[in-house]
Amino acid sequence: MSEWETVIGLEVHAQLTTKSKIFSGASIAYGAEPNTQACAVDLGLPGVLPVLNQAAVHKAVKFGLAVDAFIEQHAVFARKNYFYPDLPKGYQISQLDRPIVGKGSLDIQLEDGTERCINITRAHLEEDAGKSLHEDYHGMTGIDLNRAGTPLLEIVSEPDLRSAEEAVAYLKTLHALVTYLGICDGNMQEGSFRCDANVSVRPVGQTELGTRCEIKNINSFKFVEKAIQIESARQIALIESGGKVHQATRLYDPTKNETRAMRSKEEANDYRYFPDPDLLPVVLSDEYIAAIKADMPELPKAKCARFEKDYGLSAYDAAVLTSSRALADYFEAVVKALNGEAKLVANWVTGTLMAALNKDAIRIENSPVNAERFSGLLQRILDDTISGKIAKTVFDAMWTDDVAADVVIEQKGLKQIADTGELEKIVDEVLAASPKQVEQFKSGNEKIIGYLVGQVMQKTQGKANPKQVNALLKEKL
Amino acid sequence: MKQTAAELAKALAAGETTSEKITESYLDRIARIDPNFNSFITVCNDQAMQAARESDERRQNGSPRSALDGVPIAQKDLFCTQGIKTSCGSRMLDSFVSPYNATLIDKCNAAGLIMLGKTNMDEFAMGSSNENSYYGHVRNPWDTDRVPGGSSGGSAAAVAARLAPWATGTDTGGSIRQPAAFCGLTGLKPSYGLVSRYGMVAFASSLDQGGPMAQTAEDAALLLNVIAGFDEKDSTSIEHDVPDYTATLNNDLSGLTAGLPEEYFTGDLDPAMAEVIEQSKKVLAEQGVSFKPISLPRAHLAAPAYYVIAPAECSSNLARLDGVRYGYRCDNPKDLLDMYCRSRGEAFGDEVKRRVMVGAYALSAGFYDAYYVKAQQIRRLMKNDFDKAFEQVDFILSPTTPSPAFKLGEKTGDPITMYLNDVFTIAVNLAGLPALSMPAGFVDDLPVGVQLIGQYFDEARLLNVAHRYQQKTEWHRAMPDVCK
Repeated sequence: MSEWETVIGLEVHAQLTTKSKIFSGASIAYGAEPNTQACAVDLGLPGVLPVLNQAAVHKAVKFGLAVDAFIEQHAVFARKNYFYPDLPKGYQISQLDRPIVGKGSLDIQLEDGTERCINITRAHLEEDAGKSLHEDYHGMTGIDLNRAGTPLLEIVSEPDLRSAEEAVAYLKTLHALVTYLGICDGNMQEGSFRCDANVSVRPVGQTELGTRCEIKNINSFKFVEKAIQIESARQIALIESGGKVHQATRLYDPTKNETRAMRSKEEANDYRYFPDPDLLPVVLSDEYIAAIKADMPELPKAKCARFEKDYGLSAYDAAVLTSSRALADYFEAVVKALNGEAKLVANWVTGTLMAALNKDAIRIENSPVNAERFSGLLQRILDDTISGKIAKTVFDAMWTDDVAADVVIEQKGLKQIADTGELEKIVDEVLAASPKQVEQFKSGNEKIIGYLVGQVMQKTQGKANPKQVNALLKEKL
Repeated sequence: MKQTAAELAKALAAGETTSEKITESYLDRIARIDPNFNSFITVCNDQAMQAARESDERRQNGSPRSALDGVPIAQKDLFCTQGIKTSCGSRMLDSFVSPYNATLIDKCNAAGLIMLGKTNMDEFAMGSSNENSYYGHVRNPWDTDRVPGGSSGGSAAAVAARLAPWATGTDTGGSIRQPAAFCGLTGLKPSYGLVSRYGMVAFASSLDQGGPMAQTAEDAALLLNVIAGFDEKDSTSIEHDVPDYTATLNNDLSGLTAGLPEEYFTGDLDPAMAEVIEQSKKVLAEQGVSFKPISLPRAHLAAPAYYVIAPAECSSNLARLDGVRYGYRCDNPKDLLDMYCRSRGEAFGDEVKRRVMVGAYALSAGFYDAYYVKAQQIRRLMKNDFDKAFEQVDFILSPTTPSPAFKLGEKTGDPITMYLNDVFTIAVNLAGLPALSMPAGFVDDLPVGVQLIGQYFDEARLLNVAHRYQQKTEWHRAMPDVCK
């Protein structure tokens, strides 16, 4: 039995964060009542004509520059013709020849730290179709055209990926990139970032590609991983049992964890592409491209390197903190508010804050504790008002109650007992109550002091400054 | 009813008449005699009278929207009109009422023109005889056994029979110029990009252009003033200064050179048509125009290229008419495919089906390079031929059609012969140039036209030549018996 290699190419659809649709002035806001965000142009009424949204072009070029791609200065829109009820014009305006972004590449890092360069074939602009609603109608289909005309950047990779894990790493890197660039909000639940995976298998060592299947519309990192694993296993099993893979479009069902054949949109896939005669070629000047280049934000890789260097963070922390632009911005805002102290901030952000975000499945952008309040909390650790342990309690209160750290500390009386007189009294009490431990200490077991500190902390409900307690104990012993 | 639009505007300005009176008399005339011609699909009696009264009020208040405020017009049923049916001559859109106005309609409204109704046409502008309308064929007012030409045949017949002082048409391969020639009118197909296509239901997007169909060059100039200009809603409309086309109508013609394409003046040309051309050349020569033979070496490829590109684009443009959102839907479809097939099968006429199929074939993966790409290459070469010609001449003169209006039913059985009727007009659309047809004589008691082809955006020159020609001739004043 031969060893198998999986070959994957991804087509990512990133919805661009324009205010209006790619060829009309209608809004692209998510979640509106069906057919309330579709104008005559989106409905494909007779006589209407498309007008290109320049912001979509700008964002596509930004992406192209970020992946060192060839930027087409004479990009052409084409019509992709097919019939489907949620495709209002009977064709989708897309790009075939001369896509706006040509060949480029993206470096990805795998879990074990190895780096790989994944080639990007192209990225082209296109309009989204509408949505067919089957659930609410008996024997009929409803059509919602709100999404029709939403601007998409379809980013096509070469079949350079060799495992589900690599595919996920690539997707995550791409996701971070488009959100850094501010061209896509990356919201996968709302379908703003979704992908089709082309999967084939071949015996290790074979150079020619196997027959591929395309898994459509996957909208989470986890599902991509599972879908690819399941699909490659299916293909291998099929071939090993003497069968043959037939090129097809498949669908991943997360509840059954299986892929299954999808009814194709048109029996024979001849889209009859031709240049859209309603749209002139997009001509981009050198100056236009240079201006976008000059205005590029710091990208994840550069930011990660800077975090390591400037903040003295570990490679791991830097990578985690730069995995999303919002997280990186949050971190930097807190560090700035505290005039440095990057390590303390990094520990708190990657630890307590991210744990809370993950637990409640909240994006950093919507964190109940914003950067300003978070710095307020850490400030109190730095000025010895509270201990790190107490700070966790304060954080929990801030997370649920929408209050500032100082308010929690005040209300709950969590200030450290800094007054030596009061602390001394408690230390004396503890020493008096623990003659055995004092004996042990005196006979050379210095570790026992930890127990005594613990006792003091318990008595003060954690409000004592451990350093002070330590010093006091040593003094008295 | 014999007045031109310019004369009506003058009468309105002088207070000799009112828009209400004018509009009412046209509506009466339509009601009385249009059943003979079938030139209207929709007549807007109430809306037109209401608009006329409002126009008169504006005149009285001293605030007319333009010098043309109150002058009636007929609009080809290919232009979307808010609240009024836009059928495109098709069963498919028999129930379609557009929620918006075409830019051209907005511009006419802004000038205060009164829309009398929507004129009959070949279905989706596909045809050269106006025999392809769901609403029945249109008859030529000069001889009701003959076609008015297509696809703007309703507009042509309406103006020829003086059911409207002027009208709009659209021209994809000659659909303004050919019916203008058949009905004795002045029709102008503007440069591609001069008149907005927004709201004009697309037949072949890269060729379509709306324009005026009028009694005189002066009227054509007046209407072009209204409808020309950049439109941000049409990406193919050109940002170009629009002159006052009436300002140069009387310019001196001396020193101008007209090109005569040798490929259009072969032994095949009907001698009677050739004689008409000779006479018109004489008139122009007397005004100082000189003539020079030129060559358009790919002229013979115009029709083949056109009948690949136009159907290719139409197959795509008409895909939205699928029975899903608006327009005709078949009864009790079994499933989705059945709904598509029967809706389109039942609602489209033969010519539309023919072109949709030819177009889908030409665009299909296996034949795209052999047909569509090749046709586009020919198109570019033809444009080069015109550019070369215009290095030597100021405009080009040719027949508009090979013959006068033919009989109803005469060519319907043979689509190819029908297509060849556009042989002189098609190249202009492929090159995106402006061209005008003006009445230049009669053959067998039927009007025929001469075509003037101009350089890109040289409409003013064409109107100038035609106007000066009309100062010296009476052909444009001739009217069919029904007007006498």
